[in-house]
Amino acid sequence: MTPVLEVKNLSTHFMTRRGILKAVDDVSFTVGEREIVGLVGESGSGKSITGFSILGLVDPPGRVVAGQILFNGDDLLKMPPAAMRTIRGKRIAMIFQDPMMTLNPVLSVGTQMIETVQAHDSVSRAEARQRSRDALGLVGIPSPEERLDSYPHQFSGGMRQRVAIAIALLHRPDLIIADEPTTALDVTIQSQILFEIKRLAGEFGMALIWISHDLGVVAALADRIMVMYAGRVVEAGQVDGVLTEPRHPYTSGLLSAVPAAVPRGEPLRPIPGFAPSPLSRPSGCAFRDRCARATEICATEPMLEIAAGREFRCFHPHVGRAA
Amino acid sequence: MTVFVIRRFMQSIAVLAVTAVIVFIGIYAIGDPAEMLIAPDASPAERAQVIASLGLDKPLWEQFFTFVWNALHGDLGRSFVFNRPSISLIFERLPATLELTLVGLFIALVIGIPLGLLSGLKPNSATDEVIMTGSIFGFSLPSFWQGMMLIMIFSVWLGWLPSTGRGQMGEFLGIHSSLFTLDGLTHLILPAINLSLFKLSLVIRLTRTGVRETMPLDFVKFARAKGLSERRIVFVHVFKNILIPLITVIGLELGSMLAFAVVTETIFAWPGIGKLLIDSIMRLDRPVVVAYLLVIVSLFIFINFVVDVLYSLVDPRVRLGEAS
Repeated sequence: MTPVLEVKNLSTHFMTRRGILKAVDDVSFTVGEREIVGLVGESGSGKSITGFSILGLVDPPGRVVAGQILFNGDDLLKMPPAAMRTIRGKRIAMIFQDPMMTLNPVLSVGTQMIETVQAHDSVSRAEARQRSRDALGLVGIPSPEERLDSYPHQFSGGMRQRVAIAIALLHRPDLIIADEPTTALDVTIQSQILFEIKRLAGEFGMALIWISHDLGVVAALADRIMVMYAGRVVEAGQVDGVLTEPRHPYTSGLLSAVPAAVPRGEPLRPIPGFAPSPLSRPSGCAFRDRCARATEICATEPMLEIAAGREFRCFHPHVGRAA
Repeated sequence: MTVFVIRRFMQSIAVLAVTAVIVFIGIYAIGDPAEMLIAPDASPAERAQVIASLGLDKPLWEQFFTFVWNALHGDLGRSFVFNRPSISLIFERLPATLELTLVGLFIALVIGIPLGLLSGLKPNSATDEVIMTGSIFGFSLPSFWQGMMLIMIFSVWLGWLPSTGRGQMGEFLGIHSSLFTLDGLTHLILPAINLSLFKLSLVIRLTRTGVRETMPLDFVKFARAKGLSERRIVFVHVFKNILIPLITVIGLELGSMLAFAVVTETIFAWPGIGKLLIDSIMRLDRPVVVAYLLVIVSLFIFINFVVDVLYSLVDPRVRLGEAS
């Protein structure tokens, strides 16, 4: 599979008054054509910043300080802003977490869609409107023609997220980055949106990076999964492998904290402690303070081990099936 | 919308009625106009005759109802001093004040919004610091002092612009205004700038705050992720959101500019209603004061109405006439 996206040693740091915050620290991964990659981690693990770094949308004081982001072979980090703008929304689209906040409240849905078409293709307003209407129909919004003239507040949360998806689909991008697009929605709506995105990604042959803290969602959707902790990828591999035979204690910890993954009658086992403050991460393995398997060697930086299609950063990996 | 207009109209009537009562009692309490109007050497008979002719011998409630009765027939009383209908005195002077205020507001918006955008888009830059410092001066230096400095610099030292009066008027499409002659314009510039300086600072700050609050919002980031140009993001996505607070404050301020252009009009001897009010209060010319306040209240009500309508145009979430 030729990779659509190749992220190499990406580091995004925030220069804050209290010190350098390493939100994303030496992260590498690839996304193949038509591949769905799940990026999992808890709040503050750097998964969203990874997504924003790809699109060049990290707000100051954040900055990508090192690495390469190769998109179809071109390094996005070396691209001038004008060229980058032709990629955003056209070749790589993004769907945000909170559909209540992503649409501009004072512009009609039609305006917000038409401007997206016209930002990249010089077509007439009528044609842009036509394409917008088709996209709304595609994501299952009833009577799309009338809905174009509606304003965001006239839509429910799920419908707004559908609008955001329709906007992302307008140019049939090669890659969609979905940043927890179902987190803010009702459970019933979640599964609809999930299904819809998976269907459309398959239909148009788009690759997808699905950022989520919900292992269940990623398990149902992704081909491959990457687990991030404290700005680093601690484990990556095919979904089945990672979820049934986690190597990294953090991954197995996450799994034993998911209600659906734990056999009935067995208690959930939350991971003890809290993620370290990104300003004062311990040296070596950032997870060692919460890890039952940690030993002295964990104070040094574990290298990324690659074996049998699996990557993990741990001196004491689990072997065999999940505990 | 129709429901909204009707309800707003009823409210306006109530506001006007309450204002009329308060103003009438208030001005009655200030002093007796007879003392000002009648020559000190007049005989008691003459005095009694003047007081009776002005209706000042009647009790307060009777005077008030006479006033209301006449007001309902479109007569707001005759000025004691000029012996002319007070409403015509006011409407004679109102255009001058309107002209001054609208030009002042125009200056505040045309200069203030771009400066505010500049400031808000590059916070803490040198440009931002300069603009913000300037706006502190606009805010904190008293208006009368600013006016005198303007006269000193541009009229006395440089001699570029006249310092007093309204200048020659021109006519365009049936409107008489000093905007249409060069002489009128030169007379207008200084007072309009004086009146606008405070509002200018306000507009700059409002715009800057709006930009800074709106830029970090998700929909701006989403607009970037869609690949929109920075120009479209700022001038369509962000600006339309800033307009909402801007319209609110400008609407309120326009009313107060009209009502309190007094200082500027006094400094520049601008023949507007502010000056008429001050003169009338001094001479206890009750009908003019009452009529003036009623006109100003009506203007306020009208401006608020326009603001509400503008709201519904700018913000689709606002629907006029919906029961709350």
